[in-house]
Amino acid sequence: MPAEAIGFVLRRVGRATQRSISRLGFSARFFALVIYHSPAAFRRLGLTLREIYFSGVLSLVIMLVSGLFVGMVLGLQGYDTLNKYGAGDSLGIFVGLSLVRELGPVVSGLLFASRAGSAITAEIGLMKTTEQIAAMEMMAVDPFARVVAPRFWGGIVSMPLLAALFSVMGVFGAYVVGVRLIGVDSGTFWGNMRAAIDFWPDITNGIIKSVVFGIAVTLIAVFEGYDATPTAEGVSTATTRTVVEASLAILALDFLLTVFMFRGTGI
Amino acid sequence: MPSIVAPTCPTETAVELSGVSFGYDRRRPVLTSIDMTIPRGRVVAIMGASGSGKTTILRLIGGALQPQAGKVMVAGQDVSALDRDALFALRRRIGMLFQFGALFTDLSVFENVAFPLREHTDLTDLLIRDLVLMKLNAVGLRGAAQLMPSELSGGMGRRVALARAVALDPMLMLYDEPFAGLDPISLGVVGQLIRKLNDALGITSVVVTHDIYESLKIVDYIYFVSEGRIVAMGTPAEVRASEDAFVRQFVDGEPDGPVPFHYQAAPLAEEFARAG
Repeated sequence: MPAEAIGFVLRRVGRATQRSISRLGFSARFFALVIYHSPAAFRRLGLTLREIYFSGVLSLVIMLVSGLFVGMVLGLQGYDTLNKYGAGDSLGIFVGLSLVRELGPVVSGLLFASRAGSAITAEIGLMKTTEQIAAMEMMAVDPFARVVAPRFWGGIVSMPLLAALFSVMGVFGAYVVGVRLIGVDSGTFWGNMRAAIDFWPDITNGIIKSVVFGIAVTLIAVFEGYDATPTAEGVSTATTRTVVEASLAILALDFLLTVFMFRGTGI
Repeated sequence: MPSIVAPTCPTETAVELSGVSFGYDRRRPVLTSIDMTIPRGRVVAIMGASGSGKTTILRLIGGALQPQAGKVMVAGQDVSALDRDALFALRRRIGMLFQFGALFTDLSVFENVAFPLREHTDLTDLLIRDLVLMKLNAVGLRGAAQLMPSELSGGMGRRVALARAVALDPMLMLYDEPFAGLDPISLGVVGQLIRKLNDALGITSVVVTHDIYESLKIVDYIYFVSEGRIVAMGTPAEVRASEDAFVRQFVDGEPDGPVPFHYQAAPLAEEFARAG
C-alpha cells in the first residue's frame, strides 16, 4: 500500500477517534450538567409531572398490550417445554422469574426507548431547530433546568413503573393461557410462583435493572436531542441514534448487571 | 427576584462594538474588525446580503457567541467578560425577536407571553394576566390569547413573539430578520410596532434585516455589512442619496455589482477545458 493511502487511512481513523473522544467528553459534561440542574426539576414539579405523563402514561397502552402478549407466549412455550419433562406445574415459577428478572425490565426498556426515548429526542431536536432553545437562553432561562432535567427525571420515574406493569400484565397473560386455557391448576401456578420468587433478590434486581435502563434511555434521548443538528435530517438522524444506542445500551447493561447480580451464587 | 420595572440603558451608548472579529474556524472569518456604535433610544438597522455576518453580530451582542478579537459592550458591560450569572442578568434586560418567532409550541399565546414573567418574577397570577393582556393588546392580539402557536399566521406569530420579547420591558431589543416571509400588511404592522414600541418604552433597537424599503421607513441609522466588514453607513436620507456602489446595488436590487452574482469559482472556459 503506498504511503499516501496509509496516511489517508490513518488520518481518517485519527479523526474518527478524536470525534468519539470529544463526544464522550461532551456527553459526560452533559450528564454532569443534568445532575447539577436536577434540583430545578423537583422545584418545578409541574414540569416533571408533565413529562411523567408524556413518557409514562402515554406509553401505557403499548406496555400493557406487549406485556400481555409476551406473557401469553411465555405461558404457551413454557408449558410446552416444561411438560416434556413432566414439570408443567412449574409454569408459574418459569413465567414469574423470566418476567421479573429479565423480560420485564429488558423488553419494557426496549419499548420505552422506541416510544418515549424517540419522542423526547425529536421534541428537543425540533425545539432546537425552531430556535426555541436559543430563545429560552436569550430570555435568561437555562434550557437544562427548564427542558432537559424535567424530561430526564420524568423518564427515570416512569421506566420502573412501566416495567412493573409490563411484568404484571405478562404474569396475567401467562395465567390466562396456562391456567384458563391449558388447565394448569390455579393454586399450583400461584403457589409455586410465590414460593420461588423472593422480593430480595428477584424483584429488587428487576427494579434496579429498570431504574438503570431508565437512566440510560432518557440520558441518551435528551443528549441526542440537545446535540442534534438543527435540520430536518439532523433531527431524524438523532431520533434513530437514540433508538439504536438506547437499545444496545439496555442489552449490554443487562448483561453487566446480571453478572453482578449472580456474583457469589456459585454460577 | 429582579424587579419587572426594567431601567432604561444607563449609558448614552447602548451597544458598542470595537474591533470585533469572529469566525467559526480560523480559516474562514465571518466578521473582521467591526466598529459600531448604537446610541440609546435609537432604532438601528444592520443590513447586508444573506451570509454577510449580520446575525452573527446580533448573537455577539446577546452573548451567544464570543468575539475572537475586540470588545462588545452592552450598557457599559463587556459581554465577553461576563460569567454565566452576570450574562443571564444582562439578558433579562434584553429582548430578542427571532427570525421565525421561536414561540414555544406546547404553550398557548398567553402562556408564551407570560413565560418570562413567570420565570423571572414572583408576581401573582392576576398581575401576570393583566401584564400579558397589556402586551398582547399592544401588538393587537389580545383576542388571540388562548390560541396555540400552530393556529397563528406568520405575521401573528411574529407579533406574539414581539409581545413576549418586551414582556419584561427590556432596555435593548434585538430583531433577527423581523420582516422575513411576511405579507405586505403584516410587514408594515411589524415595522410600525418596532418603531412605536421603541419610542413608547424608551428602549434601543437593533434590527438585522435585508428589507431595505421597510427599514428606511422606521430606522434612525443603517450599517451595511458585506463579507464580514462594514462597507457603508448612514441615516435613511443619506442612504437614499448615496452614490456608493454597494449601497446603490442594495437599494436598487441589482443582481450583480460589488456583491457578485456568481459564487467564487474558476473561469467557465477553464472548467470546460478541464472536463474535456
